[in-house]
Amino acid sequence: MSTLVKQQAPAAAATKALSRRSSSRRGRFVLNLVVVALMIIWAVPTVGLLISSLRPQSVLSSSGWWTAFAPPYHFTMANYRDVFHQAGIGQAFVNSLLIAVPATVIPLFVAAFAAYAFSWMTFPGRDLLFVVVVGLLVVPLQTTLIPILKLFADWGLTGQFLAVWLAHTGYGLPFAVYLLRNFMGSLPRAVFESAAIDGANHVTSFFRLAVPMSLPAFAALAIFQFLFVWNDLLVSLIYIGLANPDNLPMTATIANLVNSLGGGWYLLGAAAFVSMALPLALFFGLQRYFVRGIVGGAVKG
Amino acid sequence: MATVALKDVTKVFPDGTIAVDNVNLDVGDGEFMVLLGPSGCGKSTVLRMVAGLEDPTSGAIVLDGELANDLAPRDRKIAMVFQDFALYPHMTVGDNIGFPLRLSGVDAEPRSERVADVASALGIGDVLGRRPSQLSGGQRQRVAMGRAIVRRPGLFLMDEPLSNLDSGLRAELRAEISGLTRELGVTTLYVTHDQAEALTMADRVAIMRRGVLQDVGTPTQVYGRPATLYVAAFLGAPRMNLLEAQVYVHLDRHIALHMGEQTLYLPWNDIRARAVAHYHGERIVVGMRAEALVPVPVDTEGDVLRGRIRYLEHHGHESLAFLDIGAYAVIVDDIGGTPPEVAGPRGLRRFGNLVKRVAGRGGEQELVGASVAGHNGRGGNGKPGPGGRNSEGVFSDPGRHHRRPAELAVRLAPYPAVGSGHPLAVSVRMEALHFFDDRGQRIDVGWR
Repeated sequence: MSTLVKQQAPAAAATKALSRRSSSRRGRFVLNLVVVALMIIWAVPTVGLLISSLRPQSVLSSSGWWTAFAPPYHFTMANYRDVFHQAGIGQAFVNSLLIAVPATVIPLFVAAFAAYAFSWMTFPGRDLLFVVVVGLLVVPLQTTLIPILKLFADWGLTGQFLAVWLAHTGYGLPFAVYLLRNFMGSLPRAVFESAAIDGANHVTSFFRLAVPMSLPAFAALAIFQFLFVWNDLLVSLIYIGLANPDNLPMTATIANLVNSLGGGWYLLGAAAFVSMALPLALFFGLQRYFVRGIVGGAVKG
Repeated sequence: MATVALKDVTKVFPDGTIAVDNVNLDVGDGEFMVLLGPSGCGKSTVLRMVAGLEDPTSGAIVLDGELANDLAPRDRKIAMVFQDFALYPHMTVGDNIGFPLRLSGVDAEPRSERVADVASALGIGDVLGRRPSQLSGGQRQRVAMGRAIVRRPGLFLMDEPLSNLDSGLRAELRAEISGLTRELGVTTLYVTHDQAEALTMADRVAIMRRGVLQDVGTPTQVYGRPATLYVAAFLGAPRMNLLEAQVYVHLDRHIALHMGEQTLYLPWNDIRARAVAHYHGERIVVGMRAEALVPVPVDTEGDVLRGRIRYLEHHGHESLAFLDIGAYAVIVDDIGGTPPEVAGPRGLRRFGNLVKRVAGRGGEQELVGASVAGHNGRGGNGKPGPGGRNSEGVFSDPGRHHRRPAELAVRLAPYPAVGSGHPLAVSVRMEALHFFDDRGQRIDVGWR
């Protein structure tokens, strides 16, 4: 009896393993299918916009973008040419850069110092202060628009890039501090203690250890913050818009296309793609930092 | 090059845990001192206080004869090797080793020279350009060592540097580290929970338990004459046999040590006889290592314990027999590290004692003894009852020690022709016995 059971057991286990493997393969197939379907649904509007941006104005206003796949084919680069020629989009692109780069670098820089202090320095009220900073995450930026605009008006900052930099720094900091602190706090403590014994003070261990070891978090945060600022219309419209339209970024200029040209809405697709170009390049350029873990090999493992 | 002294050092963590309790310790110049103890005994905390990574709650840390309590870690002229190596992951091996030099402002050229010297001495000269993640465990350990010695510190602190390596590598690096520190003549404070490391590497060993320093001495001293029951139980493989014994003094002949059904006789010419005689009528702990026991023919007379083999363990070069001799073992059960049991109300403890007696031994005589203990008096037959001082300490504190039939570990030749249940007699070298009182303190005369 016992030998019989013994013989059956491995066989049963084998069939079970087999069925488990095939069922897991089936499960993975279904999962892949769902993911691909979601991606397609997600991408459809963008694809539609891309195709629309390539169609001439006359066709665009008479038929949907999906009809472009059937003959007769009407594709043109005229919209892109018009966007570049008519709307002063070049200056707006430069403005966007002048706004987005400092508005990304400044909060990152400040948040890095704050995150280091919250992680590795001890001072009274540290945890309370951190909770307060993170608590600011729940404040909607719209509630701050009017008071800050008044403040900027008193200081004579409205219409200048500095106003938008300061505003975006303030809006971005809570999340940046939160994310960076969590990352830096999870770096191995022994590394910092070892550096302290080796003779490093806080400044040295910040620049030599904390920053290089936190590069993946910096990259992720930089992408988030840059995209947020690049795509932002509201903040720059409020703090720059009325005072100095020459300093307006791409988002505001594109929004103005419709107003200033009346029927200029057919340019929107092309203009949107022009404004998407840089974020896309940025994303693909920094993508590897999402994947690569720089911390590997610090401690045993 | 440096001396370390800890004076009444206590560390209480914010949550109220007493990690280090009034520790006094002196480490001489060039000495290799090992702090040994189970995990959580406070040995790492001591090390971190010497490093300046933790501040002592009270007491003084003296480096080179000067108070160092308020010195920053970098001003203490120390180097530390961490358990998980703590290498800088984004730097190459060369930059890792050169980091302390770079911080102290050494120029690039002499720096790389010194790094190369150290690296080749440690056998990692050919991996200087790699990053820590590309190294094996042993190489990482060597990089950590290199980073520590490159600055030529006066004091080395090592926090279980070998515990993350596999055993073969550990033995190899053990010899390497002790050779290296002796060559450099650096004072070393080395923390480990591995008694083999402690006994092989140390000039002196300090054994800690629950934040309290138990014993300090050379490996021979702490192994040969442990100061407390705990040290005795912690050191040695197989562990020391610790048996409960009832002392009965025969003034004209000897001191009888009743262990369950068997008795050993300590002659008056033993130097410790007088000290043991103070415990007349009380229970003490008798410790005997396997090397104090020699198997003899069953009918041998003299200092012999007899029993049956309960089970055997074969270790290749020897076999261990575990003998049931009808005695009770004293279990020091926090070698793994359980929090200390606070002594409960007296009556409750008594009751626990009584219950244990009834359940443990049974028999009418023992019941009488137990009731005597309960009344805190003497038995009607004039003999002192097992009450009095015994009702506290090692034997009756239910939280710390359990009562269990002793299994006497005896060394036999490999793969002996005996099996479980086989009777065996062992002769006991009386001068190699250890005696401990009910507080776990060694009973001895002028012993160190």
